[in-house]
Amino acid sequence: MSGALSTAHSVVAPSGRVKLLAGAIVVLYALVALVPLLWIGLTSIKTPPDSISYPPKVVPFVHFEPSIEGYCNLFNTRSRQTADYLASLPPANSACEEITRSRSMVVVGPSNYVPRFLNSLIIAFGSTLLSVGLGTCAAYAFSRFKVPMKDDLLFFILSTRMMPPIAVAIPIFLMYRELGLSDTRLGMILLYTSVNVSLAVWLLKGFIDEIPREYEEAAMIDGYTRLQAFRKVVLPQATTGIVATAIFCLIFAWNEYAFAVLLTSGTAQTAPPFIPIIIGEGGQDWPAVAAGTTLFLIPILIFTVLLRKHLLRGITFGAVRK
Amino acid sequence: MAEIRVDNLVKRFGSFTAVRDTSFTVDDGDFFCLLGPSGCGKTTTLRMVAGLELPSSGSIRLDGEDVTFKRARERDIAMVFQLFALYPHMNVRKNIAFPLVSMGVPRAETRRRVEEAARVLRIVHLLDKPVSGLSGGDRQRVALGRAIVREPKAFMMDEPLGALDAEFRHLMCGELRALHDRLKATTVYVTHDQLEAMSMADKIAVMNDGVIEQLGSPQEIYDRPNSMFVGDFIGSPAMNFIRFEGAAIAGSSSVTIDAVAISLPKLRESRAPGPLALGVRPEQIAIGDPGRTGGGLPGEIFGAEYLGTNQIVTVTTPHGMLKARLPAHVRAIAGDRVSLSFKPERLSLFDAATGKTIRSALHDANMTRRGHG
Repeated sequence: MSGALSTAHSVVAPSGRVKLLAGAIVVLYALVALVPLLWIGLTSIKTPPDSISYPPKVVPFVHFEPSIEGYCNLFNTRSRQTADYLASLPPANSACEEITRSRSMVVVGPSNYVPRFLNSLIIAFGSTLLSVGLGTCAAYAFSRFKVPMKDDLLFFILSTRMMPPIAVAIPIFLMYRELGLSDTRLGMILLYTSVNVSLAVWLLKGFIDEIPREYEEAAMIDGYTRLQAFRKVVLPQATTGIVATAIFCLIFAWNEYAFAVLLTSGTAQTAPPFIPIIIGEGGQDWPAVAAGTTLFLIPILIFTVLLRKHLLRGITFGAVRK
Repeated sequence: MAEIRVDNLVKRFGSFTAVRDTSFTVDDGDFFCLLGPSGCGKTTTLRMVAGLELPSSGSIRLDGEDVTFKRARERDIAMVFQLFALYPHMNVRKNIAFPLVSMGVPRAETRRRVEEAARVLRIVHLLDKPVSGLSGGDRQRVALGRAIVREPKAFMMDEPLGALDAEFRHLMCGELRALHDRLKATTVYVTHDQLEAMSMADKIAVMNDGVIEQLGSPQEIYDRPNSMFVGDFIGSPAMNFIRFEGAAIAGSSSVTIDAVAISLPKLRESRAPGPLALGVRPEQIAIGDPGRTGGGLPGEIFGAEYLGTNQIVTVTTPHGMLKARLPAHVRAIAGDRVSLSFKPERLSLFDAATGKTIRSALHDANMTRRGHG
């Protein structure tokens, strides 16, 4: 009866109310997910007393004065001195020195954070490169060639992920000690690669399977070798998959904690086992720990933001491909 | 350009034989069609000629040179794929130039040859566009451009029009043939569409079940099918088969079906009484009033499809349904009883047990083709 019924709206697109609800849920989830990050960021700019005060101090400049003390303590090692000695020193030549002296201490040298951070970079990016490189080659072979016992091999590769890697910690520990790989960057790169390569093979095989063989056949007829065709035709089209896989591998290797604690102690120690054991005066130095964590987030953030276009396409790959 | 000679080619995939003992020669400059239903081995044959599959046995010669086990890139053959296989990460210009890059052609010459190919195909305005936004026809032209830019010895085309819609396919058929006439390039073209094959090819090889059933010009294949399969596969509607028991006698010019004598080209072979089949093209059938013209097969009109210039009339007979192509003005109403007569000049007779043709005057070497009836 209602002649004024509008038919201008789409019947398949979500309505305004649904979109609003969806938006609200996303924002709510983002807030919940971001609270710990926000808290870490805030803690990193507190002084040690502010960081453990109760009730918690939340809003900078209102509840507490931001300080760079956490960052100073993260990068420097300090030593307690007598008041007489401190008085005998020339004026402090840096903000950090001044803060340190106000706690009756002096800066005696750089901390191990920078070398540990470098270890993390080398090991995580090294193992990612290796995993994705090996994974791409293996995935291409599984996708295109007649590999004897192909299905069994693929299942075997997958089966290495069927238990938590730490379950084999003891054999790996003994093996590494025997081989002299304990506490070496190479050892950690190989370990993370061995964990990640199965994921890489499976993910990349899916992506490469989706690239029609005709592309390589066309290139081979047009005068290219298979390797050239792989490099010039398959790789560019697999970029999305390679990037998505690289991000997954990098996140695993970057965040890995258990093996890093077990197998590294000095020269090859990565940041994750180092950060929580930054000890300050009278217990854990929470601002320094928070500062270490905040800085630790940055490389992966940059990497992911730079490649996010590929990542989004990679995750929805196959679902929306024409 | 080159002559392609294929001898006794066999390809087995495990226990499945895709191509069995296939031999043919494509003359220099010919447009050669491999035609057959899907799974008949035509694409496998093409891929072996192109070097994408290795034959189980047999040989392939390109201009006399044995290339049977040579790599695809060493054969100097270009190929156009059904789904075009344009590289999505390159624009049109780079796609067309891709084969030249592998040959190490200098940049200026590459540019000149790419633009020349684009001019031939009338896609100069698309050169700097990405391939992803192109229409099917333009993609097809780019794929052709990538093939012709190299000036290869021969072109392989694997159902290149299969992905286009019907109207456009017809247009591209004309363009492909015009391009071939201009380049005079030896071309092997695979299709399952008999209209494409008939309209473009100099020679057609009809394949079925891994073997070439018949090789000849489109006219030969249409007028003188070697087997019932070819008669059935070529032509739309297909050839009608009137199956009957009888004998064929060399020298005789008629067969007897249900006591009606049907005249046909003078037989050159004999067959003892057994199952035979008379092959009748739809346009060779005429209908008349029953009883008035003596010597016709009785039938009843089942229905008619009006096509404008003519109509396809389906007639029920004691030997099954027959389809006749009749002038549009002929009155054909379902249920009418009619008498069928056949134009005798190009009727075929088959041995229904083997499906093979029984030779007649139709197959005489000096048989010249007369216009369609």
